[in-house]
Amino acid sequence: MIRFTSLQFRIQAAIAVGVLVLVAIAVAITGPNLVHLYDTTVANCKAHGDCSYASNALTQSDSFLQSAFGALLLVLPALVGIFWGAPLIAREFEAGTFRLVWTQSVTRMRWLAVKLGIIGLTSMAVAGLATLMVSWWFSPIDKVTKVQFASFDERGIVVIGYALFAFAFGVAAGLLIRRTVPAMFAALVAFIGARLAVTYWVRPHLLAPVKAAMPLHIVFGTSIEQGSSTGLSFFEPVNIPNAWIYSNEVVNNSGHAPTAQFLQSACHSALSGPASGAVQGVPTPNQNAQTAFAECFANVAAKFHQLVIYQPASRYWAFQWYETAIFFGLAVIVAGFSFWWVRRRLV
Amino acid sequence: MIEFQLDTAGGVATYLQLVQQVHQALRLGLLEPGDQLPTAQQVVAKLAINPNTVLKAYRDLEREGLVRPRPGQGTFVIASLSHTDPATQARLLSSMTSWLRSAHSAGLGPDDIEAIYRTAFRNYFAEGVA
Amino acid sequence: MTAALETSGLGKQYGQKWALHDCTLAIPEGKVVGLVGPNGAGKSTLLNLAVGLLAPTSGTIEVLGGRPSDGPSQLGRIGFVAQDTPTYEGMSVAKHLRMGAWLNPHWDSKLAERRIKQLGLDPRQKAGSLSGGQRAQLALVLALAKKPEILILDEPVASLDPLARREFLQTLMEVVAEHGVSVVLSSHLIADLERVCDYLVVLVASHVQLSGDVSALLASHYHLSGPRRDRSTLPANQEVIEESHTDKQSVFMVRTDNPIIDPAWIVKPVTLDDLVLGYMRQAREAEPHRRPDLGVLR
Repeated sequence: MIRFTSLQFRIQAAIAVGVLVLVAIAVAITGPNLVHLYDTTVANCKAHGDCSYASNALTQSDSFLQSAFGALLLVLPALVGIFWGAPLIAREFEAGTFRLVWTQSVTRMRWLAVKLGIIGLTSMAVAGLATLMVSWWFSPIDKVTKVQFASFDERGIVVIGYALFAFAFGVAAGLLIRRTVPAMFAALVAFIGARLAVTYWVRPHLLAPVKAAMPLHIVFGTSIEQGSSTGLSFFEPVNIPNAWIYSNEVVNNSGHAPTAQFLQSACHSALSGPASGAVQGVPTPNQNAQTAFAECFANVAAKFHQLVIYQPASRYWAFQWYETAIFFGLAVIVAGFSFWWVRRRLV
Repeated sequence: MIEFQLDTAGGVATYLQLVQQVHQALRLGLLEPGDQLPTAQQVVAKLAINPNTVLKAYRDLEREGLVRPRPGQGTFVIASLSHTDPATQARLLSSMTSWLRSAHSAGLGPDDIEAIYRTAFRNYFAEGVA
Repeated sequence: MTAALETSGLGKQYGQKWALHDCTLAIPEGKVVGLVGPNGAGKSTLLNLAVGLLAPTSGTIEVLGGRPSDGPSQLGRIGFVAQDTPTYEGMSVAKHLRMGAWLNPHWDSKLAERRIKQLGLDPRQKAGSLSGGQRAQLALVLALAKKPEILILDEPVASLDPLARREFLQTLMEVVAEHGVSVVLSSHLIADLERVCDYLVVLVASHVQLSGDVSALLASHYHLSGPRRDRSTLPANQEVIEESHTDKQSVFMVRTDNPIIDPAWIVKPVTLDDLVLGYMRQAREAEPHRRPDLGVLR
């Protein structure tokens, strides 16, 4: 049964290998350049002063490949579900070959177990290798951008979980729907739905975020802002590298943001007067503006502080493992359902 | 070895047709004691009939004392139905052929010849059964 | 002796409709069984139940004394060819044989290769490009080479031209002669099966109308023709299957185990064709709720 599965799967496996080889070639050709670029420019840039030029040069290199690799990892699990999962059983129903293969001397359960096992493991291996290569390629860039949670679903091990789930669901869809194209469609929709649901409704609640109250400082970007619908507000940027920021607010001890009236009076000279327009902290060369803003800032900082709700960088791998486990669990449930259906309900 | 033919439209049971064809072959001397009948496998591979039919026909022939199966080897003819020896058969065949030749040169066509034959045949055997 | 196929009150329901209902059969081993009936009568349903591709809604079915769900060894005893002989289009003939070898413990590769060569099939040719007759022969080889004790064939010759049909039956009968397997094959045409069957099952409208050994059935049915008379005037031991009347004459097909002694009749034997048609017509005229006539003759 193992050899037979390999025989039937050989073309799909060849395509996957082809794609991996292409990725490997692209990574091998361009990856070392990025590492070199990092080592020679960004690594030393702090000693020489402003890093922004070197950082930008790095983060904007190979932008086509950046998009391509990111897109690849995003769609790879869906493709596995659509092209490996959905047709697995659906095609046997469409061609009537289930009447041929399920009357050989192998039970349906064993047939399904070997198919799910071999192709499932292959999906995981393909997803794992692709993520490994792409993650390595991105590492110089990631070291600069420090937004690991933003690229969460294209790095680490979650893609392996996604791929396994997509595959398992595709198989189940094909088993129930018995037609390849509708099963592909169902697999795609379910995969997208599951990913969106977990990303927005589950992942944020997996671990209780840290609530940090910090005093305000004047940094690049500290400013008073005039929103079109929200009116005046005070903004302090947050700089916690590689963290997942849930919210960043300026509040007082009761949790309220400064009102427009408060800001109007506290920052009167910065907003109107001769130094009007001084609504930002550094940089501003205008001495008057700087003083006016400093006064405004002092008024605000006396009563308000910065409240950041976030997941610290150190929890990144905890999230990776949890999310992978969730999709693994879903895959196991779906596969279990397939076994039950094939054995009890199919006939 | 003889080859069997099947007539599905005649209404005669298949196994009977096989028996009759063996009888005919024996009468005509096409089968002689010691000859082997085709195996059931050979017959059905050509005629696409049930092997049991062939076996039934051979069992009937065995009951009539005409054939006997040799285990592991096949079914063999053990008796003959020929009432005349080959020489007599040859002589009669030759005189019949001469008669046909003279009837034909007298201007009779095949249908006329057959009509004469059938009349003579009927008359002879009707008288003969007394 | 184990029955080749034994069912008891077997039924399969889809929603409100019964594809097969109250089917009770006991078919002995070593026979070539013809399963005849119009399209939609339940023939495929019965055969798919026998190989475990369907599960019964009611009743039981056993093949060679084993249940279809008994596991791989039970599957190994049955060689099945489904309707339209499905094969993997993109796979070559040789790869199909390899599939057989991998998935069947008792596979006889020599037999498979010998038959493929005899049939003149190119092992490298993809199954999708074979003709209907060649595909049917390939499917038969796949079923044979696993050395089954019974062959179950679902309308194997329905879509074949006359020559392919004849060649298929020749191969099949040769195998029966050589290996002594039981065979169950279905068709909606009795002409396909007349030559080869020695046991008959007639299935109409999801019910078994008739089943029994062919020679016993033919010996117990008669065509009676004579002066016009009503069926009720016939003796009780003669069951009327079919009747037709003109103003002066009546013709009956009857079933009886007793000899026909009434001198008023002209008695003729029935053919298999007459038999099947007679029972099919009887089924059509019967009320839908009437219990079907069922004869099991040994």
